[in-house]
Amino acid sequence: MTVEQISQASNFAAGAALVVLFLAFVVHLSEWYVAIRAPKLVAVGAETAPTESADEPEFTTADRLAGVGISLTVLGTILMVVATVTRGIAAERVPLGNMYEFGLSGTTVALVVYLAMVKTSRVQWLAVPALAVSLLVLGLSLSTYVPAGPLVPSLDTFWKYIHVSSVILAAGFFMVGAAASALYLVKNKSEAKGSTNGLMARFPVSGKIDQIAFAATAIGFPLWTFGTLITGPIWAHYAWGRYWAWDPKEVWALITWIVYAGYLHARVTAGWKGQRAAWIGIVGFLTFLFSYYIVNILSSEFGINSMHTYAK
Amino acid sequence: MSSTQLKQANALSPREFARWMWRQLTSMRTALLLLLLLAVAAVPGSFIPQRSVDFRAVDAYFVNNPKLAPILDKLGMFNVFSTPWFSAIYILLMVSLVGCILPRISVYAKALRARPPKVPKNLSRLPAFVEFETEASPTQVVEAARTVLGRARIDVVTADDGVELSSEKGYLREAGNLLFHVSIVVVLIGVAIGSLWGYRGAVIVTEGDGFSNALSNFDEFGSGALFDPESLVGFTMKLDSLDAQFHVTGPQRGSPKHFRANGTIKTSQDADFEDFAIEVNKPLEFDGAGIFLVGQGYAPVIRVTDPNGDVVFDAAVPFLPMDSSYTSTGVVKVPDAAGEQMGFQGFFLPSSYIPGPDKPSVSIFPAPLNPRIGMNLWVGDLGLDNGQAQSVFTLNTSNLTQVKDANDPEKNFRIDLGVGEKAELPNGGTFEFVELRKFGRFQIADTPMMWVPLLGVCLAVVGLMGSLIVRPRRTWVRARRVGSRTVVEIAALDRVPRDDLPADLGDFLEQVQGELESEQVGKA
Ligand code: HEM
Repeated sequence: MTVEQISQASNFAAGAALVVLFLAFVVHLSEWYVAIRAPKLVAVGAETAPTESADEPEFTTADRLAGVGISLTVLGTILMVVATVTRGIAAERVPLGNMYEFGLSGTTVALVVYLAMVKTSRVQWLAVPALAVSLLVLGLSLSTYVPAGPLVPSLDTFWKYIHVSSVILAAGFFMVGAAASALYLVKNKSEAKGSTNGLMARFPVSGKIDQIAFAATAIGFPLWTFGTLITGPIWAHYAWGRYWAWDPKEVWALITWIVYAGYLHARVTAGWKGQRAAWIGIVGFLTFLFSYYIVNILSSEFGINSMHTYAK
Repeated sequence: MSSTQLKQANALSPREFARWMWRQLTSMRTALLLLLLLAVAAVPGSFIPQRSVDFRAVDAYFVNNPKLAPILDKLGMFNVFSTPWFSAIYILLMVSLVGCILPRISVYAKALRARPPKVPKNLSRLPAFVEFETEASPTQVVEAARTVLGRARIDVVTADDGVELSSEKGYLREAGNLLFHVSIVVVLIGVAIGSLWGYRGAVIVTEGDGFSNALSNFDEFGSGALFDPESLVGFTMKLDSLDAQFHVTGPQRGSPKHFRANGTIKTSQDADFEDFAIEVNKPLEFDGAGIFLVGQGYAPVIRVTDPNGDVVFDAAVPFLPMDSSYTSTGVVKVPDAAGEQMGFQGFFLPSSYIPGPDKPSVSIFPAPLNPRIGMNLWVGDLGLDNGQAQSVFTLNTSNLTQVKDANDPEKNFRIDLGVGEKAELPNGGTFEFVELRKFGRFQIADTPMMWVPLLGVCLAVVGLMGSLIVRPRRTWVRARRVGSRTVVEIAALDRVPRDDLPADLGDFLEQVQGELESEQVGKA
């Protein structure tokens, strides 16, 4: 295969992954829908329900849909891995050289983290928000597509690989953390109201969700610090002769860092636990998305040129 | 505020009030708010161009928003990161941080020497509690528990009816936490030192030319408030060549591949010249300065003669690249010609190509495959004599008139030359594109004690991991003899509550029982 063909294969795999992951998203949404309707269904079809559940006492329709969703997610993730690897082969380097590759690799890592956590901690209840964010990031990165090719000299350094891979890993954990925080807010509200409908019953108790959100963020934060506040500035020093210059990308990385620092504090401060901490966690992820994507768009709008070639 | 609260507030003496203020400032909640405030305060700096980052973008902003810009300027929006209000948040946060760390350090120092707290009366009230009976004696039970607890701090007390063990572990958590917060202070101090005593300048050096490190030789220069210009290290460098390679095939055709500046340098007065090579990402660093290659471009050598045939200009003129194919703009100012002063302004195209009839030529590749310059001519007063500093890259045309084409007054006079070509000027002089050179744009900078903030962040990560991973836990065991059996009560309490504590206690119980069993087996 020529380099162009491999590059083509990568694009097809990424496109296919987008479709499969979207299907997985829809299936998990319908899982939720079925779960919400579940109590009613039982009430209406009360006579037929027992015979049905006698055949398969453990599995409800929602459970079966969840299984299908996870299978589709696994397939989509495999396609993502293929897309990332072939992209690397086509470009003849680690595929972390620009915004498109960052998004591709980042989503792949996030999905692998999520699936690993499904295996270890049974967090499939995270599916809908996790897939929604993955699809969002993948979509955003597709809009910054550039053909596979070599790097400009300023990106050609091994610091890049350390910097970008730790940022990507951090982003994967932040994503899981934000998804869990969002679910925590919903679940917490319904617990407070005492209304546990079929959907809410599918989530663990809010304390457990909160724990997952905290764990994911607590792993992501040191990685983010390492990526944006250690290796980033070192690289900036070698490339541009200054380690920090309040460039928009740098400012937003710092804002993200501060917000997550606030999150970790909120978790240990009595009055800020729970809901408020969860909100800060969500805001933290939004600031991450902002530094990843919107800074690039707006910097051209506002006439601010970010030095970071990622920004192009 | 209600009236009783008001009265209370009035009743505070100044000292009490100061104390109250201090306590407010150093509380976690305030720190949290200050942190988030700092994040919010940084936002405008990312939307509005900043002088320290890109002063040209600020100038452009003034031109595009003539009404808004002066107002924003008054608010310090073009220097957000050095405004009083930003500094105020920064300093308050720092004070809050220090005020928070100091007492905690002394508390921690005491805690390090303290013994684990006594076994509470009623263990079953604690969040995690188990009870079991065994044949083993209370001492055996406690010894087994001690083995399982390992390196925790342990006290054993023999009471009337049995043995009690209290243990505490996870002291490193608070150590990590303190290390983290102290490191943040180290970072803030290190950054402050770097920016107060550091300097950063930019200069364009053309092939064949040199540069010596003195304030007056920089094109742009900025330094911290406490920087002493006398302390600038005196090095002298000569640029022999600038290699620039571009990708000629593939999807990224025309994008840069490799840049390198070659030359010689002597880093002190009495040193010898030594060869150097500077590449992007591979600066030349020595004590007191680092030289970074941050840009490059073309500098056509231009020679101008006046109507008398005297050479009135002969120099390499850097043209600033404007896009990725190095379409570049430049200016030639000739103040000393016989007759009127002359100013030329125009373009340099490394690979000039005319896309169609009556279309302006464009550059289609960044390397010099077909280098051409196209210039227009102005005559009159260049405005160089009024003492005001002028950029060498712009022509102030307010007192100049543009020269028209002699054959077609509708059109401007225009020079269009390849390398080695010469054009006649309307006044009888000549303009010649003698040869093509390249220039490198260097950043020369020094940030003293840069390792301080770096070390600070590294320690911060280490401390953070400690404070996030280590779990402080107190475990208590009470073993009482009841008849012929021993009743064992075990309870645990986490300083930071987590809900897997009961499961952990279950594990602990299993290990203790396992230990007891193996002891029995060992004895048998
Ligand atoms: C500037 C950025 C800051 C960051 C990133 C940060 C980060 C953290 C983290 C991660 C923890 C959790 C450690 C634990 O498990 O206890 C923590 C705890 C703490 N921080 Fe900060 N901190 C910062 C600033 C401050 C400031 C300014 C104060 C002063 C008021 C402060 C006071 C505290 C206190 C009192 C705790 C312990 C809370 C407790 O354990 O009860 N922090 N900090």
